[in-house]
Amino acid sequence: MHRSLHAFRSAYKMPYRTAQIRLVSSHPEVYEPCDDSFALVDALLADRTNLLEHQPSICMEIGCGSGYIITSLVLILGQEVPGVYYIATDINPHAVKVTQETLNAHGVLAELVCMDIASGLEKRLAGKVDVMVVNPPYVPTPEDEVSRGGIATAWAGGENGRSVIDRILPVAERLLSDRGWLYMVTLTANDPKEICLLMRKKGYASRIIVQRSTEEESLQIIKFWCDSDIQDLNEATSSPRKAAASFVGSLVSQFPRIPFGKSQ
Amino acid sequence: MRLLTHNMLSSKIKGVSNGFPLRIEVEKVIEKQVELNPDFLKNIFPKVDWKALVEAGRTMGFAELPEEADLLMLDSSEFLSKFHHALLELHLEEGALVCPETGRKFPVNKGIPNMLLHEDEV
Repeated sequence: MHRSLHAFRSAYKMPYRTAQIRLVSSHPEVYEPCDDSFALVDALLADRTNLLEHQPSICMEIGCGSGYIITSLVLILGQEVPGVYYIATDINPHAVKVTQETLNAHGVLAELVCMDIASGLEKRLAGKVDVMVVNPPYVPTPEDEVSRGGIATAWAGGENGRSVIDRILPVAERLLSDRGWLYMVTLTANDPKEICLLMRKKGYASRIIVQRSTEEESLQIIKFWCDSDIQDLNEATSSPRKAAASFVGSLVSQFPRIPFGKSQ
Repeated sequence: MRLLTHNMLSSKIKGVSNGFPLRIEVEKVIEKQVELNPDFLKNIFPKVDWKALVEAGRTMGFAELPEEADLLMLDSSEFLSKFHHALLELHLEEGALVCPETGRKFPVNKGIPNMLLHEDEV
C-alpha cells in the first residue's frame, strides 16, 4: 500500500481492503454475498490486529460459495502475513469455479477443492489449520432440503439449521492446529450458546465478536480458540452440569452489543 | 492444484484404508511464480509427506528433488528453491487424481480437483 494512503486510512480509520462486490463473480446456482457474508468479513476486520499477530500459515474456508470471504481473508492478511497457504472447499462445483473467478479478479491465490465439507482433507490436514472460516447453511428447513443440491446447499440447514453445522464442528475440531482459530456464522435459531457449550467440552473457548440483527434474522459471528485452561477444567470437573451453568452465565455477560450497520 | 494441496488430499471412498497419496494423471501442467518465503517452507516442511511430494513432482516433470530430505537441508538455498518450486509453483491444471486402492479417478479441471463421492462410495 502507498505510504500516504496508509497514513490517510489510519488517520480516518478507514477499513482495510476486502473483496469488492463488483469483482465478485456469480452463477445462478451460487449464493451471492449477503448480510451473513458481510458480517463474517466485518468480524475478520475487527479481529485483524489479532490475526496479524497470530501469523497463521494455513487458512481454510469450508463452503466458499462466491469466494467473497476467502478473497477478503487473503486481502485482509495481505502482505503483512506473507506466504500463507489458503485452501477453500465447497460441495457445489459451480461455487468453486465462481470462487476461482473471484480470486482471479482480485489478483490473489487460494487453492480450491470441490468436496463435501473437508472429506478428502481430514486425514492429512488434521491438526494443521491455523485459521478456519465457515459461513454454514444455517437456515432452519425441512430435513430433505439439506441434500437437495445446487444453491440450496448454501442455506438449507435442516432442523434448527443445525444439520450441517453439527457435521462441520467435529471436522473443524479435527483440522484445527492447537493454536487454531475458527470463525463461524450462526443464527439465533441455531442455539449458539449450545454450540459454544459443545465446543467448550472439546476444550474451546468462544466469544461472539459480531452480533447483528436484520428484519429477517439475528446473526452472530463466533470465534473459537483452543484453551488449555478449559481442557484442564474439563478433566477436573466432576459435575459437567455445574460447569455448563457457570459457563452460560459468563458467556451472556460477554455479549458485546454492536449496533447494526455495514459502516462500522 | 498445487502439489501442497495434492500432499493434503486422500481418497475417502468407503472401504479404502489409506487412500494416500493419490496418483496424478497429467494432461496439462502450468507454472505460476510466487515469492519464496523461507519461513513458510521451514514451517510447512515437517507437515509434508516427502515421498509423496518427490513422486508427484516427478509425475509433473520436475525430477530435481532428492529422494530423502531432512531439516538440515532447509539451510541450503538451492534446496529451498527446489522445494518451493515443487510445492507451490507447479499446478496441475488439467488431469486427474487416482485413488491408489480402487483406481477411481477424481477429475481436475481448470486447476480444481473434484473429490465429490457418489452415493454408493460414502
